[in-house]
Amino acid sequence: MTTASPAVPATGATATKRWRRWLPTPKLIITVGVAGAIGYLALVPLYYLIWGTFFDAKGFSLGGFGRAYGDERVGELIANSLWFAIGAAALSLVVGTALAYLNVRTDVPFKALFFAASIIPLIIPGILYTIAWIFLASPEIGLINKVLEPIFGPGLFDVFTVRGMIWVEGLHLSPIVFLLMVATFRSMDPSLEESALMCGASRWQVFRKITVPLTRPAIVAAVLIMTVRSLESFEVPALLGLQNGIYVFTSRIYFVLRTYPPDLAAAGSLASGLLVIAMVGVAISNIVSRSGKSFQTVTGKGFRPRAMELGRWRPVMGSAIVVYFFLTVVAPLLVLLYTSLLRFYQPPSVAAFKSMSLENYRQLVHLSQAATALKNSLFLGVATATLVMAAMAIAAWIVVRSRIPGRQLVDQFAFVPLVIPGLVLGLALSFVYLRSPVPIYGTIFILLIAYCTRYMPYGMRYAVTSMHQIASELEESAQVSGASWWQTFRRVLLPLLAPGLLAGWIYILVVSFRELSSSILLYSPGNEVLSILIFEQYENGQFTVLSALGVVMVLTLVVLVTVGYKLGAKVGLRQD
Amino acid sequence: MLRVDNLVKTFDGERRRRRSPGAEADGRVFAVNDVTFNVPEGALFTLLGPSGCGKTTTLRSIAGLERPDSGTIEVGGRVLFTGGLPGKKTVNVPANERGLGMVFQSYAIWPHMSVFDNVAFPLQVRKRAQRPGRMEISERVLRVLETMELADLADRLATKLSGGQQQRLALARALVIEPPLLLLDEPLSNLDAKLRESLRYELKRLQRELGITSVYVTHDQVEALVLSTSIAVMKGGNVIQLGRPREIYENPNSRFVAEFIGTSNFIVGTVVAKENERYVVDTADGRLMLDSAASMPAGTDVIVSIRPEAVEVSTTSRAGEVPNEWTGTVLTRAFLGDAVDHVVAVGKHEIRARGNPSVSIEQGTGVYLRMDPSKLALVPVD
Repeated sequence: MTTASPAVPATGATATKRWRRWLPTPKLIITVGVAGAIGYLALVPLYYLIWGTFFDAKGFSLGGFGRAYGDERVGELIANSLWFAIGAAALSLVVGTALAYLNVRTDVPFKALFFAASIIPLIIPGILYTIAWIFLASPEIGLINKVLEPIFGPGLFDVFTVRGMIWVEGLHLSPIVFLLMVATFRSMDPSLEESALMCGASRWQVFRKITVPLTRPAIVAAVLIMTVRSLESFEVPALLGLQNGIYVFTSRIYFVLRTYPPDLAAAGSLASGLLVIAMVGVAISNIVSRSGKSFQTVTGKGFRPRAMELGRWRPVMGSAIVVYFFLTVVAPLLVLLYTSLLRFYQPPSVAAFKSMSLENYRQLVHLSQAATALKNSLFLGVATATLVMAAMAIAAWIVVRSRIPGRQLVDQFAFVPLVIPGLVLGLALSFVYLRSPVPIYGTIFILLIAYCTRYMPYGMRYAVTSMHQIASELEESAQVSGASWWQTFRRVLLPLLAPGLLAGWIYILVVSFRELSSSILLYSPGNEVLSILIFEQYENGQFTVLSALGVVMVLTLVVLVTVGYKLGAKVGLRQD
Repeated sequence: MLRVDNLVKTFDGERRRRRSPGAEADGRVFAVNDVTFNVPEGALFTLLGPSGCGKTTTLRSIAGLERPDSGTIEVGGRVLFTGGLPGKKTVNVPANERGLGMVFQSYAIWPHMSVFDNVAFPLQVRKRAQRPGRMEISERVLRVLETMELADLADRLATKLSGGQQQRLALARALVIEPPLLLLDEPLSNLDAKLRESLRYELKRLQRELGITSVYVTHDQVEALVLSTSIAVMKGGNVIQLGRPREIYENPNSRFVAEFIGTSNFIVGTVVAKENERYVVDTADGRLMLDSAASMPAGTDVIVSIRPEAVEVSTTSRAGEVPNEWTGTVLTRAFLGDAVDHVVAVGKHEIRARGNPSVSIEQGTGVYLRMDPSKLALVPVD
């Protein structure tokens, strides 16, 4: 039945309205709750980190700084950190950009391999990638060294050096650069290059004078992001550097905390130093990418430029792609699989192949720790992804759509954890919850808090991007149709956001599943996750069981990602 | 039916780049500056103006999507907004409780729902006590889809519709709750020219048949003239002229209105004599007689607005029989299919004339121009 034209509201209704006005609406509860949670997660660890660094039992003290930076080897620490970070960033940039250009702009063969080469390394956890490279290029046991020994003598490659660290980290980061640069090259109007060609410039001149300057903002941003990520990297420096006493910030913090008694103030001082460097890097990259927006020529539009013909270079480039694919994907996975089938680690030989069995996998089944770790990792991955994406969907609405004053703060707070290296976050959270009366320390929930904090920025990026893609009129028309805020959110926004949220969910699931650098300072026996277990087994020298666990971990991730994308395709199908 | 009184809406400086009109000293920009109008029951009222004139902001304020700084908005005697009045409480009914229908510029069809679900949504989201039953919802949705000739497509995914069908779907969704007032924000601007023209008449027929009071926002003057029962021409947040389409076209009250609605020749002159509504205006190229209701005493500088179709071009003189005959030379002519345009040089002026295609005079020919005094308009010099 239609009500008569909505005239003056009845007097009875006004009375109810009056007391209902004092009740918080769902909109208020949800938005304030989410904004508060973001602020809490972003700021509290930083506060306690500073507090723990500068205050000890006696009050304010700079003693921690003295102990952390007073060492005469501190110069070496900083030099190593920067050399490692910049080297890895440069390597990943050169490799990633070259591959992206080849893929987007040329008729290079094996284009299908690009996809695999860019996605699979993202799935392989850093710790497994590093260990795989130890199996490949350790001077004593490295497979590559063994194969090349007859020609070059023993120990041609040594992965336990800064160069080795750069190699492993750079290769592991290169797919990220590849994905960034592919997007950039795709969104650049090819007519800009074509017109330069028409003006008589050679291909090389066009690349140098047009392509590079136009993509410079993206390149600079990529360098800075990769530098910061390498600075924050823990797996590579810990596994490759500590062996020969090569310290960078992260491994030094870990080292300081592992000695007894742990010097929290000194670790905090180192962490603060790392935090400052990371913040400077992120700040510069933000400035650069903002000024890059003035390049109107690089638009969001997707172009399908005519592929440049490589001619006689085509086979050369083709084989380079195959080598790259082999190095980044095939070799590390294969060596893990190979090791997982052995009784003890040995170079390939007839005897080795004969001794192969599934014994390690059988051991895993009986290893109760492994089952617990897998369960913990799965729980943390799913819980983190779900919590973060649900909260960030609301946060994205606050930032993009609402007119709540101070909404930009929500955005900024959500991005704070981006500059906090995982290890620093772990340290800061242990400062918080060691003192907190809430019994979270020593439970799996402290890991959940750490993961939610770390991956909040990524969730925010995904949610904000998809929110921007939804025309505000779609929301306004629901409002005008009489839908309340929550009805609009649930029935119009959420279904439309679903593909983007799901993509973010998968990403966070994957990265949480393999998280190591925060977990290493926060886990307690019984709460191990897979990456921690692998780390422990590496330290105990259980290479073969570790490899089996690694294979299981990679397979689980592959299954998770596949299921996720299948689900995503379903959501996506309804879209068009 | 709809009453808008002294509506004011400012945006802070941050938005200045998007909306052009003059900024205040404190960085605030008036998007809508003291707008007042009434729309009687069953009328189609058009807010017409160039982009940034405040027409969309006015419409969105009525819808509840923008919060005005001050003013009053009433629909059918129910106050939807009142604020900025000293000593009176501010009322601002949220958009979702106003119960109005609105068609958006992009139609804002929800792409994840079927045609049926899109139309059913406004009924489904009602408060439980007022929500119709499942059967009734489906009955009402189908009825309105029937009216819009979309009933066959009810199960289709909304994004699979053509432009014209999407427009009708948006209209169906706005009408399903039988709102007291329908708001339309440039609903035809996304369509190609042919479709736009046919939908214009379709929309007019529907509006008159259903008798639904409507507020229509557009920057297209032809659309406004075809559809409206009355038009408010807006500029810089102000209503410049308000009246029936014919009034506004034939008697623009300013150069801006004359220029914005149709094309016009403007000739500067001075009033030399006035008798009742018959004016005599002296211009650099001759004397003009015209009828105007404006009150301009003798000696005032004025602009005479002459619509091209009010100018008759001829090779023969009828001086003495009719007033306002000037002589000139044809500069160019253009064949438009249903009309011929001549641009005639008269002294320093170039006067555009539009006439029947049967009269087409070669370039360089000396001609006589005759202008009907009842079709000339006087506008003040700005």
